Amino acid sequence: MTARRRQGQLRERFHQAAWQEPLVIHTGQPGRRGMLLPDAGPEIRAAAGDVLSPVPNSLRRAEPPGLPELSQPEVVRHYTRLSQMVLANNVSTSLGLGTTTMKYNPVVNELLSRSPKLTELHPDQDESTMQGILELLYRFSAILAEVSGMERFTFQPAGGSQGILANALMMRAYHASRGEAEQRDEVITTIFSHPANAAAPATIGYKVITLYPGPDGIPELDALRAAAGPRTAGLMMTNPEDTGIFNPRVAEYVEVVHAAGGLCAYDQANANSILGVTRARDAGFDMCQFNLHKTFGVPHGCMGGAVGATGVQPALVPFLPSPTVEFDGTRYYLDADRPLSVGAVRSGLGNIGSTLKAYAWVCAMGAEGLRDAAHMAVLNNNYLLQKVLAIPGASLSFAATNPTRRLEQARYSWEQMAAETGIHTTSVHDRMIDYGVQGYFSSHHPWLVPEPFTLEPTESTSQEELDEFAAVLGRVVDEAHQNPGIFASAPHNSTAGAPVRQGFKPAMTWQAFEAIRDTAGT
Amino acid sequence: MTSMVGLIVNPIAGMGGSVGLKGTDGDEVVRRARELGAIPRAGARAAAALEELAGAGLDVRLVTCAGDMGENAALTAHMVPEIVFRPATPGDTSSDDTRQAARAMLDAGVDLLVFAGGDGTARDIVEAVGEAVPVVAVPAGVKIHSAVYAVNPRAAGDLLVAVLRSGSARTREAEVMDVDEDAVRDGRLATRLYGYLRVPDDARLVQAGKVRSRSEDATADLLAAAVADSMEPGTTYILGPGTTIRRIARRLGFEGTLLGVDVVRDGALVAADVGERQLLEHVGQARSARIVVTPIGGQGYLFGRGNQQISARVIRATGFDGVIVVATADKLAALAGRPLLVDTDDEDLNRMLSGYIPVVTGRGRRAMYPVAYPRDER
Amino acid sequence: MGDPATGTVYPYIPNSVPAIRAGMLAEVGAASSEELYDVIPASIRLDHPLQLPGPPLSEYDLRRHVEGLLASNRPTSEVLSFLGGGCWPHFVPAVCDEIASRGEFVTAYHDGERSMLGSYQAQFEFQSMMGELTGMQMVSTTTYDWGTAAASSLIMAIQITGRHEVVVPASISPVRLREIRTICGPTATIRVVGHDANTGALDQAALRAAVTAETAAVYVEVPSFLGFLEPGAPVIGEIAKAAGALFVVGVDPSSLGVLAAPRTYGADIVCGDLQPLGIHMTAGGGNAGFIATPHEDRYIATCPTLLVSIVPTVHEGEYVFEWANFESISYGLRADSHDFAGTAQTIWAIVAGAYLALMGPQGMRELGETIMQRGAYARARLAALPGLRVAFGGAAHFKEFVVCFDQTPLSVAEINAGLREHGIYGGKDLTADFPELGKAALYCVTEIHRRQDVDRLVAALGEVLR
Repeated sequence: MTARRRQGQLRERFHQAAWQEPLVIHTGQPGRRGMLLPDAGPEIRAAAGDVLSPVPNSLRRAEPPGLPELSQPEVVRHYTRLSQMVLANNVSTSLGLGTTTMKYNPVVNELLSRSPKLTELHPDQDESTMQGILELLYRFSAILAEVSGMERFTFQPAGGSQGILANALMMRAYHASRGEAEQRDEVITTIFSHPANAAAPATIGYKVITLYPGPDGIPELDALRAAAGPRTAGLMMTNPEDTGIFNPRVAEYVEVVHAAGGLCAYDQANANSILGVTRARDAGFDMCQFNLHKTFGVPHGCMGGAVGATGVQPALVPFLPSPTVEFDGTRYYLDADRPLSVGAVRSGLGNIGSTLKAYAWVCAMGAEGLRDAAHMAVLNNNYLLQKVLAIPGASLSFAATNPTRRLEQARYSWEQMAAETGIHTTSVHDRMIDYGVQGYFSSHHPWLVPEPFTLEPTESTSQEELDEFAAVLGRVVDEAHQNPGIFASAPHNSTAGAPVRQGFKPAMTWQAFEAIRDTAGT
Repeated sequence: MTSMVGLIVNPIAGMGGSVGLKGTDGDEVVRRARELGAIPRAGARAAAALEELAGAGLDVRLVTCAGDMGENAALTAHMVPEIVFRPATPGDTSSDDTRQAARAMLDAGVDLLVFAGGDGTARDIVEAVGEAVPVVAVPAGVKIHSAVYAVNPRAAGDLLVAVLRSGSARTREAEVMDVDEDAVRDGRLATRLYGYLRVPDDARLVQAGKVRSRSEDATADLLAAAVADSMEPGTTYILGPGTTIRRIARRLGFEGTLLGVDVVRDGALVAADVGERQLLEHVGQARSARIVVTPIGGQGYLFGRGNQQISARVIRATGFDGVIVVATADKLAALAGRPLLVDTDDEDLNRMLSGYIPVVTGRGRRAMYPVAYPRDER
Repeated sequence: MGDPATGTVYPYIPNSVPAIRAGMLAEVGAASSEELYDVIPASIRLDHPLQLPGPPLSEYDLRRHVEGLLASNRPTSEVLSFLGGGCWPHFVPAVCDEIASRGEFVTAYHDGERSMLGSYQAQFEFQSMMGELTGMQMVSTTTYDWGTAAASSLIMAIQITGRHEVVVPASISPVRLREIRTICGPTATIRVVGHDANTGALDQAALRAAVTAETAAVYVEVPSFLGFLEPGAPVIGEIAKAAGALFVVGVDPSSLGVLAAPRTYGADIVCGDLQPLGIHMTAGGGNAGFIATPHEDRYIATCPTLLVSIVPTVHEGEYVFEWANFESISYGLRADSHDFAGTAQTIWAIVAGAYLALMGPQGMRELGETIMQRGAYARARLAALPGLRVAFGGAAHFKEFVVCFDQTPLSVAEINAGLREHGIYGGKDLTADFPELGKAALYCVTEIHRRQDVDRLVAALGEVLR
């Protein structure tokens, strides 16, 4: 304890790597190469002859593609430099990225996931040759079944949004099996649920009804009663919502929807607070999805690969995406012969590398560890909450009307600070980076909370990091009062200068950028 | 790329406040304010906003009016403006000067118009230039009911800088509101909608979210398309005021009445800008009828403000279920959790309409939103 | 249930030390962390401790456990495998593994165009290089896989044209077709057009009949799922365009060092999978889709993935990269419902970019050539086996080809079982999905297959079929 970093000490001279690294396509010299291809050998070449001659002219490449020509060390240095210009979770705490659950991603899990025993599997291998991974998937389904109270899980969806899509597809398939698919064309969700809860059902043709929060930040039960009826296919909601507020009457919501004949899907994107505490089944839900890349320690990979593990109650098992992993007592196998299944949402077995990491995380934590992680995440959040609210001009959303504890995250507002200083939440976000912490997440749209920011420390953040983060926020607010000019082009100690967007059009490739520039120049 | 910014200061705006007057609209009031020793403050507030711009190091041409109507404020902020309008009687400017100045700025080709004033000033600007040019409004008046104003001068300057720096052409419509003189005569305090100005969509507020957001304009167009496409043949539709509703009219192929009520059937305009009596006739003759309304931003009034033509009798004749409420999710969010309001002169109807109402927010999308009626106001 | 009483200190939980925990609880004014949960009513509390395997595992025990499970896998690296069909065995350069395992890339999310400059730049570089390969100027970020990219491309066409029918070839990957059906759902009516049994050429008469004023898109794959190269691609594109439909082409990018950029034969939208570009198969976990189009508002506005754009900075010649601002594009056709893009497969875009930088134009050409040479050799050797027939003999092929076993008494499943005993994974069984081909299997040959490997397959097949 004596060696503890002084409370709230800031990294005053922090500077991120700023390599001024050119685009890879502008580097190298003609003739260089980074790889030698394995030689086919004289017999093959002789037997094959001119393989391009049978190719129709229109399909033959006339010009070589304009790829860079680089030696191997140049490639390695380039990408290593790029990697150094990423303020990743392994580099600095990302606790500000609320709703994203940026917990520690154990290094050993990376190592395990790189085993050729996993990476060199082909999805169409005979089941007898991949018993190991099938057993792992089967076991992990049982583990998540216990964690959620559901019966079975699929790991095919390659992200939370796809998990939600799978839930919506199963709702439709379930109602179709009862001849009610046409009649039940509405899905109900809440505004503080992840936007995919509205977007995914809409994608497959559902009409979507959104419930807005009442004064306490919780969607009103009466609004749900007004919305639910014979056209209701189901309810898709997150709990706790992205505000960190837990809806204690969630079971009544489920009852209302069940009474109307609908199904209920629990988006467990924020499950990091409730592992081992309360479960989807305890609240009566028919299905749920976990984001393994959030709650179960799987890294985000700059936005994927991810897994939206999706689980259902027994009655809905026939509708799960195909194939499912089955066990007949002696061997594990894939079952694709499931006539009621919603079909495939992704090829292969999903992102099994990520699934394996999640499984390993659970094994490393153990049953009590899951609950301890949840408890610690909630404690960390409440500790940070107190520090943040001590900063002048910061407030907690719905604080006056809903005094209940926020669980694993909290949505705050800079409304007062912004009114006093003219500095907005987005400017605070940019300036924080100058002190070596990743900027925070504001809020999904629309912004019901003005000048929002959402923090989620997870269980992986140390007390020192929580103190440091709060101190950074405090410093930045001081600056908003004393030195607002500093925000104009912040961050100053990051990788590059401020973007100039005046008169600029988006360009997703260098070719497009040049074309736009040339047009503008003439 | 040089941006041209226009500046108009209503020098007398806000003078009444310090001496207990409710605004400075009308020559009498201004004289009275001066007699009471009121101090002009609009110039200083405009200068405060301009200081943000002056310090930002952007490539900007500032054009303004002579003297107190802008020039002095610009000089205070250490900016050298070009003069494009000179009031006939400096020191005694009127709302006519504001309107003329605004037109002069438009002719000069400004990219953005900054003005300092209150609700009356905003009414002059909307009358002169409408939605032809985006505006940044510096609050300096006594009455600020209009949604066009920034929260304070510094925020206005800040917004100005952010917009010019980002090069964003995104704007949204904001209401110009003012006290409803008719209501005041009836002994009620109510505001009325006078039109819409285009204000920049604050680029800084559009942080790279996890899920990309669309501009309010684009969202409102999609909403209008969804409503227009869902109209049933043979049904008479009463379209209320507001830009959201006007987008529906445009989608159907005609220019709706922004501040009035139109009647539509089978995708065609049947009657424009009609009053209560005609509405009752149209509804009476209709096989079936619907009312399409949008809440007035910020306050959330569905009925009883700005659309009194759609009276309790019209609503009753149409049928309680015939009311279609439309609003973008952003507009609902701007209500900050406050319910939608109905304030017709029919208490029973107010009661019937309160509770929860589906608000159409997009194609196949609705919000279930609370509706209340303001009992306490009476 | 009181506080977790174990007092366990977890390596992944810094504040699990009892003294720290106690201090923090005191600061938040709670006697126990249980108290922090008082908002959750007892009626929905879990009423028992989770019934999960064992106490926390040490890292050593964890490795023993997981590696023990994986040990019973027999991956393709331990045998000789000819499985392809959407997930392909290629050589993965060590540099790609190095880049893919950088903790900075692995553990980052996406927030902040400057604090995350490196990952955004890698993403943009990838897009620019894919633009070169496909001949397009607009390239998306990743989708989950080729199937989702294809489905998204077709939905784009539906939105752009305002029509609802799409035409796909009978040779399309069955899994991809299932994904398209699932994802497009009721928004698309799918018509299937067949092909010539010898050349694989799409039946143009049937295509002309299928393409109507309701057609939003004609989709083909080059190479096809069955391995042959569509000889009539430019004509198919013209037929589509003449009817006002878009021409959508699915590609395997490992072919694009030797095969034409699809834009040159008329593609309006290109989609495909990145997995061949330096990404391990991982039973499909290595798949990642992409979409490429001309740089036009109608495509940019309807592309359902996040888009990353280059932006100049205040310093001459310096750039940052950020999510493109779609709001500046006035394009009204965008449906409300296809915009829930989120986490996809970004890490693989970074790796694929590194792969392309490593290979360069020379490497990509040699890759394409050697795949075709080895494939030609394998086809010739297999065709010479009695009882075997290589289908679509009149077509040029890339990477894959169909072997028919109709003359043999065994089923493909039986043949593959026999091959497994020789340490060989035979081609993907097509019998159920392509009944018109009879007893058929899809064989995949890439740069990793040597002459001796093919010879071993031929010998083993000879024995199995004897």
